[in-house]
Amino acid sequence: MEKFTTHTGIVAPLDIANVDTDQIIPKQFLQKTSRVGFGQHLFHDSRYLDPAGQQPDPDFILNKPPYQNASILLTRENFGCGSSREHAPWALEEFGFKVIIAPSFADIFYGNCINIGLLPITLAEQQIEVLFSHCAQGPVELTVDLAQNCLSFTTKDQETVSYAFHLDKFHQYCLAQGVDSIGWTLNKLDKIIAYEAQMPAWQ
Amino acid sequence: MTMQPSSATTLYDKLWQSHLVDETPGETPLIYVDRHLIHEVTSPQAFANLKYYGRKLRHPERTIATMDHNISTRSIKIDAAGEGAANQLRTLEKNCNEFGIKLFGMGHKNQGIVHVMGPELGLTLPGTVIVCGDSHTATHGAFGALAFGIGTSEVEHVFATQTLPQTKAKTMKIEVNGQVSAGISAKDIILAIIGVTGSAGATGYVVEYCGDVIKALSMEERMTICNMSIEFGAKAGLIAPDETTFAYLKDKEYAPKGAVWQQALDDWKKLKSDEEAHFDKVITLEGEKIKAQVTWGTTPGQVTAVNNKVPAPEDFTDPVEQESCRAALDYMGLTPGTKITDITINKVFIGSCTNSRIEDLRAAADIVKIYLQQGKSVSAQVDAIVVPGSYRVKTQAEAEGLAEIFTQAGFEWRLPGCSMCLGMNDDVLGAGDRCASTSNRNFEGRQGRGSRTHLVSPAMAAAAAIEGHFVDLSKNKE
Repeated sequence: MEKFTTHTGIVAPLDIANVDTDQIIPKQFLQKTSRVGFGQHLFHDSRYLDPAGQQPDPDFILNKPPYQNASILLTRENFGCGSSREHAPWALEEFGFKVIIAPSFADIFYGNCINIGLLPITLAEQQIEVLFSHCAQGPVELTVDLAQNCLSFTTKDQETVSYAFHLDKFHQYCLAQGVDSIGWTLNKLDKIIAYEAQMPAWQ
Repeated sequence: MTMQPSSATTLYDKLWQSHLVDETPGETPLIYVDRHLIHEVTSPQAFANLKYYGRKLRHPERTIATMDHNISTRSIKIDAAGEGAANQLRTLEKNCNEFGIKLFGMGHKNQGIVHVMGPELGLTLPGTVIVCGDSHTATHGAFGALAFGIGTSEVEHVFATQTLPQTKAKTMKIEVNGQVSAGISAKDIILAIIGVTGSAGATGYVVEYCGDVIKALSMEERMTICNMSIEFGAKAGLIAPDETTFAYLKDKEYAPKGAVWQQALDDWKKLKSDEEAHFDKVITLEGEKIKAQVTWGTTPGQVTAVNNKVPAPEDFTDPVEQESCRAALDYMGLTPGTKITDITINKVFIGSCTNSRIEDLRAAADIVKIYLQQGKSVSAQVDAIVVPGSYRVKTQAEAEGLAEIFTQAGFEWRLPGCSMCLGMNDDVLGAGDRCASTSNRNFEGRQGRGSRTHLVSPAMAAAAAIEGHFVDLSKNKE
């Protein structure tokens, strides 16, 4: 996993609550056996006017310049709800997103993001509102500093706005170091063996 | 702060404690996984990575595979659902052979939807931790197992280590007291619960369902309840095991036998929340007040009773909910104030890991039988399919004459699979189709781009197929 230190990029505002993983990556694109090739189908039903995905919908945020190059997604509550498909964070990552900011995330989706090094940032509703209102005035470029647990941007009036965000300390460590989670666990093999030795027969 | 006896713990605490492998301070705790269920869609990348890094699969005997998500419901041939599906199914077959995993493939007598197959074979046991790369894994919580859906990176983690790093969840108790009226199903109960909590009401929580209504439910009904825990955000749903659970499991193919069964029973009987146990949140519903439910929107929380009307955005106070309502009504093509019973449908799907077990099919067939006696069958405007959850369910339903009732009334009787719940195979709705579905998600495009899903019970779906619209069945009885 790539190490996450700081990231600066354009914020794409997606003003929809309860965006589920079916919307992020519809089922017809789940028949691959590799981890690549999902980015082009991200938000397929909203992004394209036709089922074949040939005609981009000019009104969809990710089809408008400069948001085709956005790397930070700003969205609403319960983002990533529904299916456990990791294909959803794979699609977001392949499109170019490094950070997703929302007032809340669905649990499985949140864990999937951490596991692939895509940073989910939870902010208070009020801070999310402020971000949306600045995005409404024009493209916002935002910087995330993982070590400082802080994100910041400059407003149209040249004011700097900074928000601290909370991240589980171990998650932060894993993202910053690009920890191989399986390797980490395999270092505890003695504990797994000890656990297995005391399990009841029915378990 | 209320003080509580430190010894009082919840069922979740007990399951957690008995599976802790490591809790080094400053790290995510590591818990043991007893059973890993896999299918063709979310496993190939995990196998590929395992091979890439040259890692072994730690316990092949703790992993069970089935084919369910993208298989055809018209043919048992692997190629019947298209090239992409066939490639995934063959990849699963190859991986299972290579790693020594038991696979219930096409046409095997044990094949079925992963959350139907596990319980009916006795692979799902109380007091275990069960994971699967599928969000409806919470189904298995009906047996007092800690069961939850995982992503593909986690599937790989379980393959390699038989453990998972997990953050401990908060606890929620949902009590359904009293009793429900005749004709009110487990699906109505869980939809009513989600109507109260909203679609994210249990995010961060493990939910334990209790109360007299829950205790009185059969295992099939309990599975329907736990299955939809994810639909209001819960990490897992739990029901404490009791005599109903033990009677269901006894003599199942993979359930413990003889002395081990006795030892298991002794351990399982201790699996319940202590009376003084503290829950972070408690929600109480009165069974008597629960009516038959129909979703009107595009999240399972956008639900109402069948005798109600489609709401208006102004009926909500929260601006985000107002906007969600507006967008949902637009997508669903519904006008506020429309009676739910006036909504006409043209498709019916009876199936999915929520409602494709034998009791679900019996409930639907009971309704169909009444209509048949009145000389009525599936409406000319409606295409209706019934997809049993597994080959065992299919065989039993045929032996009981249920399949015959369905086909006689004009329903299509299909082969087992996930089918139209997510439409990965060719069981897909077209744009504008309106479906009464016994599945678990009414998300935009879930059953097909531009299609409209109303989540209902098997009885409601059966009645809607024949009447062409939703029906308040309680009125028919008066």
